[in-house]
Amino acid sequence: MSHPYDVVIGLEIHVQLQTESKMFSWCGTEFGLPPNTQTDPVSLGMPGTLPVMNRKAFDLALKTALALHAEIAPFTKWDRKNYYYPDLPKNYQISQYDLPFSVGGWLDVPERKDGGGGGRCGLTRVHLEEDTGKLTHAAGGFSEVDLNRAGIPLLEIVGEPDLRSAADARGCLEELRLTLRYLGVSDCEMQEGSLRCDANVNLHIHKDGRTIATPIVEIKNLNSFRAVEKALNYETERQYAKWREDGLTIKDAPKTTRGWNDVEEVTKPQREKETAADYRYFPEPDLVPVVVDDAWKERVRASIGELPAARRKRFEGEYGLSPYDADVLVEQGQDVADYYDAVAKSTGAYKLASNWIQQDVLRTIKDKKQTIADFPITPDALADLINRVERGELNTNQGREVLGRMIETGDPAEVVIEIGGYRMVSDRDDIAKAVDAALAANPQAIEDLKKGKKKPEAVKGFLRGQVMKQTGGKANPAVVGDLLEARLSELLA
Amino acid sequence: MNNATAVSLLAQLNAGEVRSEDVVRRYLDRAESHKRLNVFVHLDPERALDQARAVDARRQAGQPVGALAGVPVAIKDLLCVEGEPTTCGSRMLRTFRPPYDATVITKLKEAGAILFGKTNMDEFAMGSSTENSAYGPTLNPWDEERIPGGSSGGSAAAVAADFAPVSLGSDTGGSIRQPAAVCGVVGLKPTYGRVSRYGLIAFASSLDQIGPFTHDLADAALLLKVISGHDDRDATSVDRAVPDYPATLDKTPGSLRIGVAREFFGEGLDPEVETAVREAIRIYQKAGAIIEDVSLPNSKYGVPAYYIVAPAECSSNLSRYDGTIFGHRAEDWSPKYPGEEDLHPLVRMMMASRAEGFGAEVKRRIMLGTFALSAGYADQYYNQALKVRRLIRNGFDEAFKKVDVILGPTSPSPAFKLGERTADPLAMYLSDIYTITANLAGIPGLSIPCGYTRSNLPIGLQLLAPAFAEENLLRTARVFERETDWHARRPGLS
Repeated sequence: MSHPYDVVIGLEIHVQLQTESKMFSWCGTEFGLPPNTQTDPVSLGMPGTLPVMNRKAFDLALKTALALHAEIAPFTKWDRKNYYYPDLPKNYQISQYDLPFSVGGWLDVPERKDGGGGGRCGLTRVHLEEDTGKLTHAAGGFSEVDLNRAGIPLLEIVGEPDLRSAADARGCLEELRLTLRYLGVSDCEMQEGSLRCDANVNLHIHKDGRTIATPIVEIKNLNSFRAVEKALNYETERQYAKWREDGLTIKDAPKTTRGWNDVEEVTKPQREKETAADYRYFPEPDLVPVVVDDAWKERVRASIGELPAARRKRFEGEYGLSPYDADVLVEQGQDVADYYDAVAKSTGAYKLASNWIQQDVLRTIKDKKQTIADFPITPDALADLINRVERGELNTNQGREVLGRMIETGDPAEVVIEIGGYRMVSDRDDIAKAVDAALAANPQAIEDLKKGKKKPEAVKGFLRGQVMKQTGGKANPAVVGDLLEARLSELLA
Repeated sequence: MNNATAVSLLAQLNAGEVRSEDVVRRYLDRAESHKRLNVFVHLDPERALDQARAVDARRQAGQPVGALAGVPVAIKDLLCVEGEPTTCGSRMLRTFRPPYDATVITKLKEAGAILFGKTNMDEFAMGSSTENSAYGPTLNPWDEERIPGGSSGGSAAAVAADFAPVSLGSDTGGSIRQPAAVCGVVGLKPTYGRVSRYGLIAFASSLDQIGPFTHDLADAALLLKVISGHDDRDATSVDRAVPDYPATLDKTPGSLRIGVAREFFGEGLDPEVETAVREAIRIYQKAGAIIEDVSLPNSKYGVPAYYIVAPAECSSNLSRYDGTIFGHRAEDWSPKYPGEEDLHPLVRMMMASRAEGFGAEVKRRIMLGTFALSAGYADQYYNQALKVRRLIRNGFDEAFKKVDVILGPTSPSPAFKLGERTADPLAMYLSDIYTITANLAGIPGLSIPCGYTRSNLPIGLQLLAPAFAEENLLRTARVFERETDWHARRPGLS
C-alpha cells in the first residue's frame, strides 16, 4: 500500500423482493408500466385504508437472511418512520426500527482478478420495509410522482464497515447480487432500481504513529457496479486531499451526504431531506407483530438451494475445475451453472464441458442476446457432441460446425454429422496423401525451412493448415502432425 | 312508524305492511323539517330512495333479503362510502370521495341496509361535543342549546331525534358512549378487533372501534351481529366466531356479578348523574345481581396516557393530509413569516394547506403527538404511556376475575351548553374520563339510558366487560332495560 491510510467502507443495500403483490396490499408489482397504474387504495395510502402483511414477502426476506447466516428474531414488529416527502403518500414509511426481523450475518466474497474481495463482510442487520414511490424531475421546475413502486417489499441490508477498497465493495455487492439471484428473491437490476446501494466511506490516516479518522461521507445515487467502484475511488482521493487541506476529522464534522454524478464522475454535496432529523419512530398500530417459530424458519431454510460459494467449491472438487473456470460458470447465474452441471454429469468430460460452455454456448447466447433458457440444445445433446469430440470422431473445429448446424436445424449431432458428412479422417494413408499434396503445392515452405529464414514452428503450422485444407478440414490433427513431422524429417535430412 | 326501532321496522317490512321507500321518505321528511339540528353533513335523498326501491323490489319478487333489508342506517362521516363525500367533519376532506367502501359499509349493503346520509362529527373524531366540526355544531335534540356529545354527535342525535332508527359511530376514547349518554340512546363500543376498521378514517389506530347507536338493546345486538367479524383487510381484526347476539339477548346471564369501581364516582361527578347510577345499582340488586366493590387504581392515569397515545398516532395518521395527494391544497403559499423564504416551495405549500385545512383542536393534538414522539421525549412520554396502558389493562383483568361486568356513569355530567367548554380543552377532555380506559384496555363498553335530570337531560349508565364478552354485556344490560323504561323516552322535538 502506497497510501498512508486505510479506506473504511460500509454498504447499505436495498433490494426489491420479487413478489406478485406489494408488501402490505394486493396491488400488483410489475415493472415498467405507465406511471401510477400499479396502485390501489392501500398503496396510495388513501384515508381509511389499512396495511396487511404479505406473508410471501416475509418468506423471501427470511430466506435471504437465513442464506446470509443472520440470526432470525423470534419476535419482530413494524414501525412507522415519519417524514414528509411527496414520494411517500402516507408521509410515513412502514419499516422496522428497534426489533428488525434479523440481525448479524455475513457474506464471503471470493477473490477477484483485480485484487479486491477475498474476505468476509459482516452484516449489521437486515430488515423489511415498503418501498417509496419515484420522483422524476421534469421540465419547468416540476417534479412528477410515480407511485407504481410505492409499497413494493424492500429489504434493507446494512453491512459492517469491513470493506477496505472500492474493489472490495464492488466484489461484495456483486457476490450479494449473485447470491440473491440464486435465492430467487430478487432480479437485482441496478438499472431498474431493484438493487440499490449507498456507501459510507471514510479514511483512517496513519500519521506519526496515530490514526486519524476523516469525517464519514454517505454516497448516494450509485446506479451501477462501475459507479460504486469509481465513486469510492474518487471519494477516497477527495477525502485525503480535503484532509490535507483542512485537517478536519470525524470529531469535527458530522456525517454528510454526497451524490455520485455519473457524467462528471465526481461526488457532489446533496441537500438533506428537510425533515430528516427526527423520524419519530413508533410501533405501527395497524399491523400485528410477527412471531417466527422454528417450524417456519426450517420450512424456509429447506427452500434454499445451493448458493454460489458452495457451488464454486463443488465445481472445483467434484469436476476438478480451476477456481477461475468454476467462477466463470457460477457467476453466469444459476441457470448456466445448472446447465453445466447437467452437461458435465452426462459426458463425464468435465473440463471439456466447461470449455464448450464458456466458449461456444455463452458466446452464442450473448450474440443472440438470449438467456440459457432460450438455448435450443439440451444438456444431453451437447454432452453427446462433446463425447464425439472426446472420442476423436470429430475434431474441435468440426465439433463447432456441427454445433452451429445443431442450433440452426434443431437436429441432434448424429443427424447433422450424417447429413453434413462430418467425420474425422484418421486413416494414415489418406492423410499421408494429403501431406504429400500439401508439400508439393508449397515448395517455398520447404525452402524456408531449409534455409532457416523463418521460425520452423510457424512454417510447420502453415503446412498443417494446408494439409487440413486438403482433407476438407476433416483430418485428425494429431495424425496430421505426426505424418507431417515424419515427412519433413525425411525431406530435410 | 314514529320512533320505530330497526327490529319493529323489519317486522313491518317483512310482513308487507310498509315499503322501505315509505320508511325512507318519512325519515327524510323528518330530517328535512328539523334541519336546524345540523345532524347530517351529507344526505342525498335520491340515493337513499333508490336503495329503498331496490330492496322493495327484491322483497316483492320474493327474493332473499338481508338482516337489515330496507332499514335506514345513518353513518358517521368518517366511514368511507364509495363515491360519497366522506369529510371527517374537516375542511381538509371537503371534496374527498373514496373510491371504495369501508368493510362495515360492505356488510351493511350485503344486509340490505339503506345508507342514510353521513352524520356530523368532531373534526377527525377529536372532541366530545361535535363543536369541532368544520360544518358547524350539531344540536342536542333534548335541548337545542346543548351539545349532543362527541365525537359521534351527529350519529347519536340522528337516532335520538328519530331521523334514522339506528346509526354507526366510532369510539376512540368514548366517542360512541358519551354522545349516546347525553342524547338518551344506546351506544356500544365493541372489543378492539371485533369490527373491521378498514375504511374508517383513522384518528388513533390502536384505539378506534366502530359501533352502533340504537334506541334499545335488541337493535344494538342486531347491528353488532351484522358489522362484526374478521376481515382480511384489517390485520388487527380478530379471527373469532361472531355469536348470534340477538338470539341470546333475552337469556338471563348465567352469572350476574356487577363491579362498582370507586374510581368512577370521584370528584367532578354531577350529583344528579350519581343519583341515577346509584338507583341503577339498586335495580340490579333487586334483579338478583351480586354487587361487588372493585378497584381500578390506575384509571386516574387514563386521561393523561390517552392524551399521549392518541395524539401520537393521530400526528402520524393525519400527516398524509398535506395538499400533495390528499387534503385541501392552499392556493397561496407565498412566504408570510420571517424565515419562510428559505423553505422549499413544496414545504410552504404543505404548511399553508395544513394551516388552512385543519381546525384548532386537530392542530393541538398533532402538535402534542409530534412532541411526544420526538427524539429525546419518546421515552418520557410515549413509551411511558404505553406502560400505563398495560397497567390499566392489567387492572381490568384483575377486576374481571371477581365480576362479570363493571358499572358506572358514562359521562360525569349531562349535556353541557354549546360553547361552555370550547375555551378550556382540559375540561373538555374530562368529559371522557370514565370511557377512555376501555379504549386503552381494548375492552367493550356500552352506554344505556338510566334516567333524566330535573331539566330533562338524559343520563347514561356505562357497563364494561372483558374482551369479546359482548354477548354477556348485552344480556346484562338487557336485565336493566327490562326493569326500566328510560329507553322509551323521546325528546319533544317541535
